[in-house]
Amino acid sequence: MPSTVEKKVEHNLVGLTLSDYAGKKSTLCPGCGHNAISNVIQAAVFELGLAPEQVVKISGIGCSSKSPNYFLNRSFGFNGLHGRMPTLVTGACFADHRIEILGISGDGDSASIGMGHFKHIIRRNVPMLYIVENNGVYGLTKGQFSATSDQGLVLKHQGENLLPPLDLCMEALISGAAFVARAFSGDVKQMKEIFKAAISQEGTAVVDVISPCVTFNNRAEAMQSYTWGRANQTPLQEIKHFNTREEIEEGAEEFEPGTYKEVELQDGSYLLLRKLDKDHDPSDKAAALDILTESYKKKYFATGLIYFSEVPPTIQERYDLPDEPMNRIGIERLRPTAAMLERINQSFGI
Amino acid sequence: MVMTELQSKTGLEPVVNDFCMTVCTVNGSGSATANNIIYRALFQMGIPVSGKNIFPSNIMGMATWFVIRVNDEGFTGRVPHDDIVVAMNPSTIVREMDFLPEGGVIFYADHIMIPEGHREDLIYYPMPIKELMKTVDVPRNLVAYMENMLYVGIVSQVLGIELDELRKSVEHHFASKQSVAESNFELIKLGYEWAAANLEKRDRFVVERREEMPDHILTDGNTAAGIGSLFGGLQFCSWYPITPATSMVEAAIAHVDELRKDPVTGKTTCVILQVEDELAAAGAAVGAGWAGLRSMTSTSGPGICLMSENIGLAYFTETPIVIWNVQRVGPSTGLPTRTAQGDLSFMYNIGHGDVNHIILIPGTVTECFEFGWKSLDIAERYQTPIFVLSDLDLGMNTWVTEKFEFPQTPIDRGKLIWEEELEKFEDWGRYMDIDGDGIPYRTVMGNRSPRSAYFTRGTGHDVYGNYNEDPKNWSDMLHRIEKKLKGATEKLPQPIVIKGKDARIGLIGMGSTNDAIRETQAVLAKHGIETDYMRIRALPSSRSVREFIEEHDRTYVLELNRDGQLCEILKLELSDISEKLISLTDIGGLPMTAVWAVENILASEEKNA
Repeated sequence: MPSTVEKKVEHNLVGLTLSDYAGKKSTLCPGCGHNAISNVIQAAVFELGLAPEQVVKISGIGCSSKSPNYFLNRSFGFNGLHGRMPTLVTGACFADHRIEILGISGDGDSASIGMGHFKHIIRRNVPMLYIVENNGVYGLTKGQFSATSDQGLVLKHQGENLLPPLDLCMEALISGAAFVARAFSGDVKQMKEIFKAAISQEGTAVVDVISPCVTFNNRAEAMQSYTWGRANQTPLQEIKHFNTREEIEEGAEEFEPGTYKEVELQDGSYLLLRKLDKDHDPSDKAAALDILTESYKKKYFATGLIYFSEVPPTIQERYDLPDEPMNRIGIERLRPTAAMLERINQSFGI
Repeated sequence: MVMTELQSKTGLEPVVNDFCMTVCTVNGSGSATANNIIYRALFQMGIPVSGKNIFPSNIMGMATWFVIRVNDEGFTGRVPHDDIVVAMNPSTIVREMDFLPEGGVIFYADHIMIPEGHREDLIYYPMPIKELMKTVDVPRNLVAYMENMLYVGIVSQVLGIELDELRKSVEHHFASKQSVAESNFELIKLGYEWAAANLEKRDRFVVERREEMPDHILTDGNTAAGIGSLFGGLQFCSWYPITPATSMVEAAIAHVDELRKDPVTGKTTCVILQVEDELAAAGAAVGAGWAGLRSMTSTSGPGICLMSENIGLAYFTETPIVIWNVQRVGPSTGLPTRTAQGDLSFMYNIGHGDVNHIILIPGTVTECFEFGWKSLDIAERYQTPIFVLSDLDLGMNTWVTEKFEFPQTPIDRGKLIWEEELEKFEDWGRYMDIDGDGIPYRTVMGNRSPRSAYFTRGTGHDVYGNYNEDPKNWSDMLHRIEKKLKGATEKLPQPIVIKGKDARIGLIGMGSTNDAIRETQAVLAKHGIETDYMRIRALPSSRSVREFIEEHDRTYVLELNRDGQLCEILKLELSDISEKLISLTDIGGLPMTAVWAVENILASEEKNA
């Protein structure tokens, strides 16, 4: 028997390896920004120590929405209708409140056909990580403008885009999201920390990931291209997520004392933020809107945590629900008694 | 007593417990309360009675009508004429007179001018509403509401509705507000006593107490459906307001705290959530159903249009949800406050591609309760969207109906399995037909077994849920779903048949036309035409429907839409006997009348004879 070199496989808090978080082989184009996102999702969930069974992935329609098939095979998934992902999440979230919901959407899905639902799920504050895989183009229908396409963008069969783009981070802010971030498929390190923080956050956490479409919208001058993104990315802060205080201690040498701000999240994990050149205060909503306006005007690509605040009650907290999952409640507890029906009959009777 | 008095005074033969009275008011004036007080008092006296509110799509200021029909034989469907009119609305009084035959009665507020050349064949009772109001101390903002109580008293006195029953009825209406009940009753009494002292009875219509109906209740179909759903273990209801469906969810909201506190934890076990539109209402219901909650939404035709894509998704992903359609008149915004049965064909196959749905059709208010809980069982058993087709007449009008019966069977969650049961299957796939009945086993999120998860998609999938474009796989999948639904047919609520004597002619109907068709059957019998009447309560139709049509020389299918949709569906599905079916349809936005049905059937029978 030939000897094998024993490769050290890392296990996470629940004793699983990264391969337990794998999905099917991606059928998206090689180099697609969405594939990077799928990989980061696996790593983030793995590092958070969540079992795949504790996660559910729900999506709409489009290239982005196909991607949940390419990560977390052991998680339940639902690839629903174009633009309607938030509606599925709204119903599903009540079934088991312990489950982390990943909503995967795209710019066509969330900024056009599903814009109403995008804003209303934030208003309801449904606990989830809402990822928009934003490439500024309709990929699955082969290259049409989306509502986030650059003004002036020229596409092969479309001519020139006459209209200005919508900014989903801004829409999320105005709708009342307590966690708004922007990431870039060309910066997986930052994206992973953002995802981990977003999953640890209660309520709707929105991450708009600029995720280049290598087939239809990756010309160097396009604001959703790798080239433009790499050249113009301006991280608003250095961001690092830790599951425990011990982890911070272990990783402390990475951070010069006094240079970072420490935030404890609801699940007991920690977020460390270190100021960079921009000096952006993510707890200031007006500043968050300013930075989005400015970055669009001055053509730079602000990434990182744009806004982060105390979370208002989630939709689940607005109801007086049992601690156990609703979908496991036994049938005997779901039917009122015959005596109750008799009372109702009496109230309508003679 | 009233009879003898009337006879001795006028020599007229009284008409006992048989009239139709329409109260004509202005909407927003609070007349609904007044009318319901009369309605309930009649019910309390044991008299078979119905009340139908015919109202405009408007909040305040337009004409509205409340039609009370009393009939000793129990035929309380709509009739096309009135015997008695109570006119409180000056703008409609001339038109109301057209509905009164000779000898008809008109009570009118005496500040309303009766136009010159008015009909002399009617019996007039002027009511000094304004004068009487001057004698009482009523806050100004309540005058318009309270005026209505005066006609309650006056009309009741003339017809013989007992004052004590009116008092009980008022107390029932204002259950929690003793002082309001008292002040309202004072006015009723004032009207009543004024009439006793000042009006001489000149008409023939009287009511007479019958045996009390302790097994009956007075409520509407939407309330019944809302409460029925809560008894069905409803756990999630997402919805968007639309007339005439809104009051169904509002009934659930009104009763959810009382009925759905978890006996173990005291927490709520049912979430009701108003969302941004009907797309979201359907989407959230699908999400909840998929995730293992007993899930429902309720809407009307325009809402169904918006839900159609989600309905197709639920059909193909085999997600249990219940969708109530309380029909109004379409197409388009149509007549939003009037009734019809025009959504049947639309719903039967709603969704693109090969789809077909199970539709439950309640025909009584108590059935709305029953189908409220049962629909949730059927949805989970067959893992598919279940429609329940009600309509404005059944849903929003109050009916005398049988008491709600406690569900005879425990909640059925179908083939929903958790970790332990999953272990029993060596090979399991979400869409695998393990039992050969076309119904697969279903896991839901939160299941901790690593084998439990699957990827739900509206795209082509194999038995494990994996993406698949293979022609045979697609064909197999669609045929299995077909088989699954075919297996349901005989287990759905079966038709109810009311037999005539050796009848050769059949009548088929559905839903809220039940009263009109029962009466049709009786009137036809008087004309020497015996019929059997089958009320279909679910589609696809079961064997018994085929047998019924086969057993009769010809069968009339009566419905409230233009194209004879139920008849068309039966003709398609029973094409070999389709020539036995005759379609009779009525549109106009009002409930069916037996007069219309009898006229049409007699005309047709003449041709056949």
